[in-house]
Amino acid sequence: MPHIPLPEHLPGITGLLEYSRVTAEPIRQLTQFILRGENSLSPAERELIATIVSHNNECRFCTAAHTAAADLLLGETETCEIMKRDIDATPVSEKMKALLKIAKQVQQSGKAVTAESIANAKAQGATDTEIHDTVLIAGLFCLYNRYVDGMATVAPANPDFYAGLGQRLVDHGYNRLPNGYDHLKKQIQPT
Amino acid sequence: MAHIALPDESLPGIVGLFNFRPETAGPLQLLAETLLRGESPIPSGERELIASYVSLLNDTHFCHTSHGSAAMAHLGYDLSLIDDIKNGFQQIEISPKLRALLNIAGKVQKSGKSVTDEDIAAARAEGAGDREIHDTVLIAAAFSMFNRYVDGLGTWAPQDNEAYREMGQRMAFTGYVRYPVKQDAVEV
Repeated sequence: MPHIPLPEHLPGITGLLEYSRVTAEPIRQLTQFILRGENSLSPAERELIATIVSHNNECRFCTAAHTAAADLLLGETETCEIMKRDIDATPVSEKMKALLKIAKQVQQSGKAVTAESIANAKAQGATDTEIHDTVLIAGLFCLYNRYVDGMATVAPANPDFYAGLGQRLVDHGYNRLPNGYDHLKKQIQPT
Repeated sequence: MAHIALPDESLPGIVGLFNFRPETAGPLQLLAETLLRGESPIPSGERELIASYVSLLNDTHFCHTSHGSAAMAHLGYDLSLIDDIKNGFQQIEISPKLRALLNIAGKVQKSGKSVTDEDIAAARAEGAGDREIHDTVLIAAAFSMFNRYVDGLGTWAPQDNEAYREMGQRMAFTGYVRYPVKQDAVEV
């Protein structure tokens, strides 16, 4: 049960963003730009960074949601599953592997990022902006994961829930839906 | 030197990063403004103490000292009392409620999952309500991001408390949404 009363039809982060819309606004703006804005990294690649960080923080809700979004953008489910076990074996570019390793270090601590991992990313062709954005995405998901789990929000067990949420993230991104979320009250809800 | 080539290497900590990527600087500044100076049942000075404390636990000198300086400016303490945060608040007056909220913030710094029902119950027993608990968790989570951003890109930080005096006053009384961001580090 969440540590504070949250709307039952909005599990995980979604209820928190509605509980506190004023603080949600800059978080949504940042997420929309850094995951969906114009970038030399594709939205799928950026969702992989969100997924590996959430996975390593053991945040069930965020891992399932961003895995679903990445799977939809990639059109397959293998990449995420392999990445969670072994970044080197993941079917992505060498540059992307290097960036995922930086993200994994950021998940531990900012100070865990080594000069070697940065040099490796640059050697694989990563630009300064790509390194910057990788570190910021990884940092942002350390925020989300702690917010979601620190408030003890509900993570639905039903995989259909995340398929639906992933589709919403692909179709609408991270801005608040113009008409809010009351239409979700009728849908299948977690127990 | 930072891990990436910043347009102005003289700008320390997050200020140099704001200057590198204005597109993300906007929402990051607005987030800091909303969390630390927006509406909340927790006074700004106490919210700055939470930010400074989490940054201390993450060993991020720039954020720890700048937000410590902002806290001292809000609370009317001398700058030298920043060091009291490291010493476990022996001189700064901390209410039992704030102490319980700082305990929650320290748990969030480790992991969201570290926060227990007992931690929350202890804060409620000292009078903390839903909003105070929410704001504490979100501030601690946000500084888990800010600290990683600042350290993960290898930015530099002035060492002496004195270098943060005017920065903290500006953060406390002018706020975080400032354009251009460059002028922020003038006195550093």
